[in-house]
Amino acid sequence: MRFVDEFRDAEKAHALAARIASLCEPGRQYKFMEVCGGHTHTIYKHGLEDYLPESITLVHGPGCPVCVIPMGRVDDTIHIAEQDDVIMTSFGDMMRVPGGRGSFLDSKAAGTDIRMVYSPLDSLKIARQNPDKRVVFMAIGFETTAPSTAMTLLRAKQEGLDNFSVFCNHVTIIPAIKAILDSPDLRLDGFVGPGHVSTVIGCEVYQFIAKQYGKPIVTAGFEPLDILQSIYMLMVQLAEGRSEVENQYSRVVPWHGNPKALQVIGETMELRPYFEWRGLGFISHSALRINDDYAAYDAERIFEIPGVRVADPKACQCGEVLKGVLKPWECKVFGTACTPETPIGTCMVSSEGACAAYYNFGRFSRERIQEASHV
Amino acid sequence: MCLGIPGEIVELLDDRTDLAKVDVSGVRRAINIGLLENETLVPGDWVLIHVGFALSKIDEDEAKAALEFLEGIGQAYEDEIAALQESIID
Ligand code: SF4
Repeated sequence: MRFVDEFRDAEKAHALAARIASLCEPGRQYKFMEVCGGHTHTIYKHGLEDYLPESITLVHGPGCPVCVIPMGRVDDTIHIAEQDDVIMTSFGDMMRVPGGRGSFLDSKAAGTDIRMVYSPLDSLKIARQNPDKRVVFMAIGFETTAPSTAMTLLRAKQEGLDNFSVFCNHVTIIPAIKAILDSPDLRLDGFVGPGHVSTVIGCEVYQFIAKQYGKPIVTAGFEPLDILQSIYMLMVQLAEGRSEVENQYSRVVPWHGNPKALQVIGETMELRPYFEWRGLGFISHSALRINDDYAAYDAERIFEIPGVRVADPKACQCGEVLKGVLKPWECKVFGTACTPETPIGTCMVSSEGACAAYYNFGRFSRERIQEASHV
Repeated sequence: MCLGIPGEIVELLDDRTDLAKVDVSGVRRAINIGLLENETLVPGDWVLIHVGFALSKIDEDEAKAALEFLEGIGQAYEDEIAALQESIID
């Protein structure tokens, strides 16, 4: 317990941990994936792995939207930003993500007008204020964020704005989970289900994980106790030989999600046949694009998109980290060539990325790196 | 950006039913409440906010616990509040 960062309710956490430990079958190893980057952040911040018995390993999933954007899409965005009269807008987390030709910040330094916004509605306002400019919103995010983009598109159409468009990079969580379940390198015993994505898509959609793949999944909140409780619920299911979808975060996540949010996504967007994810490669039906009704607001139809594919740098092992095959500190450049100041991979950029979370709470990692390098 | 942050509704706008003024850790900004059109919202209600939109209604205890937790995570939350402060939604 020497790495433990004590938090409020640490006592309750120890009690839960003891109950979790009592459910471990001797000799059995357990591997659970937390899909969501927000969970990864909590786990490292509070050293939750140190509460758990050695036989339970948490592996980090692909649920950090910034992390899964391939370099080519960053380059495509910069290409659009370089066109005449364009103001490119995106979330702050995207600004330092490295593309093949540098990041948005590098491009801005070289003279493009790339701005950070808090909300797609802020982009819309910039468009209204700059009628002689073409304002593009580079949209990223899972189903948590897609409804906001969708609402913004509805609004743009209502207002008849003709200088606003969206470069859509929204991805969907279910195909990514499926890709991980189908990947041969990883054997998982269950999932700590994503929290805020589930406020939109609900919990019912995870049934295939329980029914077809026979793995339990528990949708979890973001506090340390939430995560430990979810792990406890997973362990109880395994001990009882069940695989079900359970909702630990029912105080925020409705079982059927937010129907209005799903409806507006459906009104404005459609599934792409396939989309490239950083590290995971092409996954079919795993992303959204603007539909024909909103073609006038689709940056991919307004601008010529080079669509170049850029291979990740050789040293980068983000793919393995995103699939949960490698722990961040096992990447060869972790903490040396790749740091939050000089990220090589995306997982080091966003605070929800596994590598950044691990780096920032390095008081755990340094000792672990040493341990790892001794084996 | 993926953080959901709790905010308290302080004012509903008669002429713009899709917007509400919220208070998030002392920062007051307009956010869009169109995704919760099937809920009744009144000042004093708490909502989970993500990129300028209320995603779900939450109770006060949940909101307070979440805020305490978010304040504890430091930088990521400060960045989110700083971004919110720049927001110009109307
Ligand atoms: S250390 Fe850097 S390059 Fe390696 S996996 Fe993490 S983000 Fe990617």
